[in-house]
Amino acid sequence: MTGAAIPAKPNADAVQLGHPAALALARRHHFRWWEALPWLAAIGFYFAFPDYLAFGSGLLITILFALSLDLALGYAGIITLGHAAFFGAGAYTVGMLAYYGIWSEPITGLLLAGLAAAIIGLLSGLVLLRTTGLTLLMLTLCTMALLQETANMARAYTGGFDGLPDLTIDPVFGIFEFNPLYSNTQYLFSLAVLLTCFLFVRTLIYSPFGQSLTGIRENLLRMHAIGAPVRRRLIICYTISAATAGIAGGLWAQTNAFVNLSALDLDRAATVLIVLILGGYGRLYGAFIGAVAYLALEHFLARVYPTAWQLGLGLLLVLIALFARNGIIGLGETLWARYATRHRAS
Amino acid sequence: MDLLGNFAGILLGGLSAGTVLFIVSVGLSVTMGLMGFVNLAHGAFAMLGGYVIVLAMNRAHVGFAAALALGFIVTAAVSVVLERLLYRRLYRAGELDQVLFTIGLIFIFIAGITIAVGPESQSLHLPPALGGQINLGFVQYRTYSIFLIVVGALINLVIWLAFEKTSIGAQIRATVDNRRMAESLGIDVDRLFTITFAFGSGMAAIGGGLGAEFLGLDPQYALKYLVYFLIAVSVGGLGSVVGVYYASLLLGVLDFVLKLYLPKGGTVFIYALTILLLLWRPQGLFGRKET
Repeated sequence: MTGAAIPAKPNADAVQLGHPAALALARRHHFRWWEALPWLAAIGFYFAFPDYLAFGSGLLITILFALSLDLALGYAGIITLGHAAFFGAGAYTVGMLAYYGIWSEPITGLLLAGLAAAIIGLLSGLVLLRTTGLTLLMLTLCTMALLQETANMARAYTGGFDGLPDLTIDPVFGIFEFNPLYSNTQYLFSLAVLLTCFLFVRTLIYSPFGQSLTGIRENLLRMHAIGAPVRRRLIICYTISAATAGIAGGLWAQTNAFVNLSALDLDRAATVLIVLILGGYGRLYGAFIGAVAYLALEHFLARVYPTAWQLGLGLLLVLIALFARNGIIGLGETLWARYATRHRAS
Repeated sequence: MDLLGNFAGILLGGLSAGTVLFIVSVGLSVTMGLMGFVNLAHGAFAMLGGYVIVLAMNRAHVGFAAALALGFIVTAAVSVVLERLLYRRLYRAGELDQVLFTIGLIFIFIAGITIAVGPESQSLHLPPALGGQINLGFVQYRTYSIFLIVVGALINLVIWLAFEKTSIGAQIRATVDNRRMAESLGIDVDRLFTITFAFGSGMAAIGGGLGAEFLGLDPQYALKYLVYFLIAVSVGGLGSVVGVYYASLLLGVLDFVLKLYLPKGGTVFIYALTILLLLWRPQGLFGRKET
């Protein structure tokens, strides 16, 4: 990832001259062939493991949630411990609307979930993003705890600790039903939502706006110096990230047909952070790799012995923080670069 | 009279809980103030110490005071090893790596204690001298709570004296204020940090042991009270011992009152107040503005 902000349209002359760097810059947003692989794998999973589709939808939702965090943390460098606040806001929006029979159409439901989370993201971002470092960390944590306690206290509306069970969600397009026993619809619907959100995030990242976010992360002073509206961009990014997390939360509520306080837990916020960092943050596919690695590890290790999973996760985190700061993707890139240099040398 | 007694009871209960919070958090405040290291695993040291103390008393039948000393020494020793081997590699890393690393440590502690001791909650059996009630003239109250409040005030006094009157204290204050300048003056910040880290972890251990009676002690302890430790430190102000003391007492009393009168979700107010306070004074009540 380059440091300074890159102009949206590279110098046309340089492109025409065919300078390799200019070409790479001009084409950096083009799709590569391997970008189709995750989606082919997801479709392959649908046919290969029909019994694991509930697990699969959970995986897709985790990817979406981690992708939303990547926008705030990986690209804009906003370090937050409270991202589950937005996941929960989305989940409770869908949950409460469906439980009280107000609105149970799934697609518009997700849009409403995103809207609710975006409003909370905007309001909290307006005040929170004045701070940095530990204070910001604490404020995001407290905002999430505040929402969770509010949901706990407003038992009459949210079901309190027990949550809202047995949500009925309308069929997608009025045809495809959410069957609690067979998760086919849930899986494909989650995949479609993830693809839509991913394309949006990908476009955003390669836009001038996305580049300026990277600039803010890499060198705040310089971005101020060139006159970028830093605070406004951070707030917009935080709001979009919140909306995406809200959609992930809404999807979680729809596919599970319940909501409870775990949607707003510190556990959930920490998990998504771990997933993203495991994969590699500030990279479009970090969320994908991280979620697959995390859930696969959890699935197999926890079956052996739940405590072994916790121990393994702890060791993994310590090792990543100490030796592989850019996650699995970063590790892969380093190894590849080393291999390439050796290959060229010989 | 009865009203006065009620009021005093609430105040004393809150103060004793706040005192435990202070004893646990004070080390976190100083180490964060010194190095700016976001050490989320501080609660894990409190948990480790609590286990050493409670197990020493329940299984090896060591006395209360001796068990506290043992907990302090074991936890301080473990923390020094971790600091020398692992923490120091991340002093110059970003907050994100520090958060990740210390969350990892928490998981390792939780899993380690679950494997070594078991997932069930351990209970502290108080020595008989601290068990009963004490008459304070205007109110009868639990001896142990009064004991905690007195011990906490003494600890605060001792740490304050050490900060103000000793050479090491002066070095710590200088480093919190301006680390680069302190280093230029020849203060060995590395060594200073190791000492305060060990001391802070040892204090956390004592806090974990003293608080086990009413906070409980199970492997989830390190995560369960993390938010409270962090609130005490950030509200009090990084690197300020007196700040953490007042913030902890305030938090203890507030929590006690809210749990009594608003048992469902009264903690909302604590989070809301913390948010407002940090927006008003990002450096905390007694913290110094960053230069």
